[in-house]
Amino acid sequence: MANTRDIRRRIKSVKNTSQITKAMEMVAASKMRRAQQAAVAGRPYSEVLNEVLVSLRDHVDKESHPLLAQRDVHKTLVILLTSDKGLCGALNTNVLRDASLLDTSTTLFVAVGRKGASFLARTGRQMIADFTLPDNPAFLQTKPISQFCLEQFLSGAVDQVNILYPKFINTLVQRPVNLQLLPISIEKADGMVPSPNASSSLERPITAEKDSENESSEIGEYLFEPSTQSVLNAILPYSFHFEVFQKILDERASEQSARMVAMKAATDNAKNLVKDLTLEYNKARQASITTELLEITTAQMALG
Amino acid sequence: MPTLHLEIVTPEALAYQAEVEGVIVPGVDGELGILPQHVGLMTQIVPGELRIQQGGKELRMAVGEGFLEVRPDRVSIMTEMAIDEADIDEHAAEKAVALAEKELKDQTLSHEEVALVQSSLLHSLAKLRVKRRHHH
Repeated sequence: MANTRDIRRRIKSVKNTSQITKAMEMVAASKMRRAQQAAVAGRPYSEVLNEVLVSLRDHVDKESHPLLAQRDVHKTLVILLTSDKGLCGALNTNVLRDASLLDTSTTLFVAVGRKGASFLARTGRQMIADFTLPDNPAFLQTKPISQFCLEQFLSGAVDQVNILYPKFINTLVQRPVNLQLLPISIEKADGMVPSPNASSSLERPITAEKDSENESSEIGEYLFEPSTQSVLNAILPYSFHFEVFQKILDERASEQSARMVAMKAATDNAKNLVKDLTLEYNKARQASITTELLEITTAQMALG
Repeated sequence: MPTLHLEIVTPEALAYQAEVEGVIVPGVDGELGILPQHVGLMTQIVPGELRIQQGGKELRMAVGEGFLEVRPDRVSIMTEMAIDEADIDEHAAEKAVALAEKELKDQTLSHEEVALVQSSLLHSLAKLRVKRRHHH
């Protein structure tokens, strides 16, 4: 029979753990709200940027700009977005599983987040840079990362730049996505506008019907000032920087959501455990009382 | 009176959206006025003052670097910053300018920090320009 003191000690420790997970759940919940807002706030901008790129498409020769030209892919650079800290369920595991499927010899990695960096180091992948960011990164803080990748691409060290990150679908679902960023394929810009049924919380009501409208509106004349080349030189890198920034915000929203859900599950489990242990404790206590009573009565009967 | 649909977006939010009579933006080659029926245009804008004409009134905003796209159905301005004149805190902007200038002079910053400070300096200067012009 289990010792009542041991059970009491276990109940106490499980209760302590559940307090910690409860606190982490609350912290993650408030961070999640902020991170989700940040991720949603950038969408109007990103949509307009995409629309501009789409309308540029017809006015620009594809091979005329190094960021647009498709090259034979010998080396691919993958920006791997993971969280810095653990305790966020299967979030990082899912992303890293996808990362482990990539060809080791032709894939170079840039890690953003400590979990990804340690995975790459552990499995001996080719990691050429490793960045860490604060919880709510600003555009200018993510720019060195995208600038680094851009330089790798322009120098010819890599022929394609992808980003692998946990895409935020909703609070319960985050899915790893491997997306090509460079060379910029403008056709894909249409598809990158979040589809209306992707997530209820991230939907943007304002310009939902605009896409179909754009298809029909023909833009005859289109001026570039000061020149096509200088506008392209500014907007193409900019759209890449912004895309990376937006994905990083998405990763943050995913991370905090996953952490909140994981910590909620942990708190619930701890509560169940405490319930079971309390039952067991009471049983043990009753059993010991019964035994004692039995011993007393038997002793009395023997004396009498 | 003909109007055009103006949309100003920043990475943080949709800053402004309305039917307006005209807009004057700080372009790379100087100020640029856009009226309804303007020909399709794609250009860069620099930190400075943006003026919106709506209902006979003029609305001023401080904007950062970005792009302007004019198309038949609307005018889009993408910029890193867009702040309504009324929301500009002159003292805070002055302080930010002083601090940024000092930091740049001290030269203790790393490369990326310099970029960050420089861009915030330009933003603060643009805010001040908008605020002060109105007072005189």
